[in-house]
Amino acid sequence: MELIKPDLGLLIWMLVSFSVVLYVLIRFAWRPILAALKQRERSISKSLLSAQRAREEMAKIEFGNEKITQLAIIEKDNLLKEAKEIKNNIIEEAREKAKIEAKKIIQEARQSVEQEKNQVINEIKNQIAALSVDIAEKILKQKLGEESKQKQLIDELIKDIDLN
Amino acid sequence: MYKTLLNILLALFFVLSIQGKSIATENTTEKDPEHTEEQNDSHAEKKKFNPGDFIFDHIKDGYGWHLFTYNGHHVSIPLPIILYSKNKGFVVFWSSKLAHGHEHIGFKIAHEGDYKDKIIEVDSHGEFVARPFDISITKNVTAILFSCFFMIFVFMSVANSYKKREGLPPKGLQSLLEPLILFIRDDIAKSSIGEKHYEKYTPFLLTIFFFILLNNLLGLVPLFPGGANVTGNITVTMALALFTFFITNITGNKTYWSHIFNTPGVPWWLKIPIPLIPFIELFGVLIKPFVLMVRLFANISAGHIIVLGFFSLIFIFGNMSTELGFAVSPVSILFTIFMSVLEILVAFIQAYVFTILSAIYFGMASEEGH
Repeated sequence: MELIKPDLGLLIWMLVSFSVVLYVLIRFAWRPILAALKQRERSISKSLLSAQRAREEMAKIEFGNEKITQLAIIEKDNLLKEAKEIKNNIIEEAREKAKIEAKKIIQEARQSVEQEKNQVINEIKNQIAALSVDIAEKILKQKLGEESKQKQLIDELIKDIDLN
Repeated sequence: MYKTLLNILLALFFVLSIQGKSIATENTTEKDPEHTEEQNDSHAEKKKFNPGDFIFDHIKDGYGWHLFTYNGHHVSIPLPIILYSKNKGFVVFWSSKLAHGHEHIGFKIAHEGDYKDKIIEVDSHGEFVARPFDISITKNVTAILFSCFFMIFVFMSVANSYKKREGLPPKGLQSLLEPLILFIRDDIAKSSIGEKHYEKYTPFLLTIFFFILLNNLLGLVPLFPGGANVTGNITVTMALALFTFFITNITGNKTYWSHIFNTPGVPWWLKIPIPLIPFIELFGVLIKPFVLMVRLFANISAGHIIVLGFFSLIFIFGNMSTELGFAVSPVSILFTIFMSVLEILVAFIQAYVFTILSAIYFGMASEEGH
């Protein structure tokens, strides 16, 4: 049975050549191939991870954007409200001031009118006094033209005076 | 689709070329009696077709590489014969010098006895003197060397393209072999040995897988670089199993050895005073590579024997009557094609089985204690 009898010569050749192939392939083929495969796998998983991270980042940024817009809207509303308030305040204040001013002006006007009136009345009084004196003078002149009449008057006056 | 077509073509080729060879041999027996006189070829001399010899001739190793027989002449590639004998020292000559039973400087190929079909040293009367130390480049050695160079060439060029195309997807030969490499790394090495130690063994597993696969497939191709029955040769499978054996036991750690000599979970009286379990375990260490050796050898040889057996049917019937031979041949060829296609499947399966069993043994050797 040659078929199942190992042959020494062939065994030697097989061991030698297979050892050489094993060495050469490990050194120059398997190591670089396996290293390249590993490297590629690592880079693929790395890129997948970074893509995932980028996606998350994007989501975060988008979320942030939304928040910022919302905040901006609120801020805007606030600002508008404030501005409205300020405007109202200013108008109110102005109105108040205007009222006070108007009152003051009216008062002053009233005072000056009063003064004028008093002055005018005084003047009229003075004129009336002067006029009445004039009139009295004239009347007296007429009445006291005759002697008798002068005497009568003096008498009357003397009568009026109480001598005590 | 393309692949199946290729397989069928391959099988057809295989069938046809063996057919051509054998028909030529058969013709010789009928037409040229003077040629057959000088031939000591088994089928020529016996005149009758002997399927056993026909099959074993194709399975066995040989000193020359027989290509075909044309008009009664064997056309073979002569291979160097390297011998060392005590009387003559180192001798190197071509195998063609020993063809047809010729004797060359006291060496000839034995036809019978313990060293049938091996080179023996003879004295001047043609009597057996000794079997020289024989490291001839036989048919199988040539096929081994060829596949070694082929593998080195292919995988170094693949490694080169990995270096050149760094970070790029694989292309050409690289993309053909990458799935296999990844399969061996991930599904054989990583899953059988474990995440921690697989990297140490992966290069060896890749080498044996591709060596066995290549030689299994080359064994199915009947043309020159193929046709040698390398992985169906017990010496070759023995060498491969020896590699697995030595790697397993050299890299075996404390847990591995303690499982052999002091198997945990076994009652003490099975270990002392008669070390029954250690003995069985130690025997298992030797059985494992032995089984690897026999499995590959038997599967590949059996496949070849069946293919050639179906094929021999044509000539067995042809010997009875020519018409019967012709009638049987289509059936026989169909069976042979079927077997050849099956053999392609077996080529992959056996390479896979040898590799995964080696990986499992390495996994046992490097397993950490729990």
